[in-house]
Amino acid sequence: MMHDIIIIGAGPAGMTAAIYGRRASKTVLMIEAKSYGGQIINTPDIENYPVAPHISGFDFAMKVFEQATALGAETVFEKAVKITPHDGIFTVTTNKADHDGKTVIIATGSENRKLGLPDEDRLVGRGVSYCATCDGAFFRSKTVAVVGGGNTALEDALYLSELAKTVYLIHRRDEFRGAEATAEQLRGRENVKFVLNSTVTALHAEKRLKSITVKNKNGDETELEVNGLFVAVGRIPENQNFAEVAELDGAGYVIAGEDCRTNTPGIFAAGDNRVKEVRQLVTAASDGAAAATEAVKYLNSNR
Amino acid sequence: MAVIEVTEKTFENEVKKADKTVLVDFNAGWCGPCRMLKPVLEQLSEETGNVKFVSVDIDENDEIADEYDVTSIPCLVLVKDGVEIDRHVGFIPKDAIVDFIGDR
Repeated sequence: MMHDIIIIGAGPAGMTAAIYGRRASKTVLMIEAKSYGGQIINTPDIENYPVAPHISGFDFAMKVFEQATALGAETVFEKAVKITPHDGIFTVTTNKADHDGKTVIIATGSENRKLGLPDEDRLVGRGVSYCATCDGAFFRSKTVAVVGGGNTALEDALYLSELAKTVYLIHRRDEFRGAEATAEQLRGRENVKFVLNSTVTALHAEKRLKSITVKNKNGDETELEVNGLFVAVGRIPENQNFAEVAELDGAGYVIAGEDCRTNTPGIFAAGDNRVKEVRQLVTAASDGAAAATEAVKYLNSNR
Repeated sequence: MAVIEVTEKTFENEVKKADKTVLVDFNAGWCGPCRMLKPVLEQLSEETGNVKFVSVDIDENDEIADEYDVTSIPCLVLVKDGVEIDRHVGFIPKDAIVDFIGDR
């Protein structure tokens, strides 16, 4: 079956693209590897989306999905691994099937960057976490460490300092990329200890994380006993599978302007995986609208 | 079958002494991915007969979460003859849960 628009990723960008595509009477298939909604479902309370002063990420995702589905968008839960252009159309190959589309919108978002340490994957959910608001509750009155120097790391440390007994903030430099106001707040917290010019070099665990090795720039190593390690060292776009059809920049983001067009006509990129300055829920949704509008234009001019 | 809500009081009988493999879903109401997973597990519990599906609210039953070293939810733990045999952390689509359970 041929689809007018195939959307890879049913996050805020992809689902908004589906709404716009269906409202232009095009057939739409969303291909989602995990759950629709994307990373927003981890957000307990969204306060910066117009019209909704407070909404949980879960409710937001449900509503947008219902809206897209009611308009006739279809969804399959599969992992897209390749886009093959041929005969003026595109075949999207997943872990289960091939899907043909006249246009493709890549809206895969991004995933957490890992530290890349041995045992890191095994210890996720056994002390290692990438989401302080999701997992902080497990570390009430315990000792945790946060790694990173951006806004997420600083805000995670602040959030955790309300719950945990002690929070180590480990950063490879001696100054932060994140907001100075947040750093200043952290300096005022007695239970926050700064471990600067340092990186985490090893994780130690039995059944769950027990301690970490931290190395400073002089090469000195110390072992810190922690119950939890929160990794906040940025996110990486999930575009690697599509680099052959959508040119990426050095950091892995799809090179596309506000019109969301990639270097391959008929393929568009929308949301956090596109080169852009502001990555917010509302800009992801706006990308979805732009990409679908461009896809519709492409479809109508290539009939 | 449906998904059975278990507590610290009923866990021993419902899970550890169960006569078949149990899929334990550790979750909480404030956890978005858990709420995404819930209807999927409900559906699977109606379709699959070889395992028993139970749900543990970690806010009410933190001792069970602690005993199983759960520090992130959703967390699916497969328990057979009272012993953990496998686990998956994070949201997982329906087909992948079927594969995860397999014939265990």
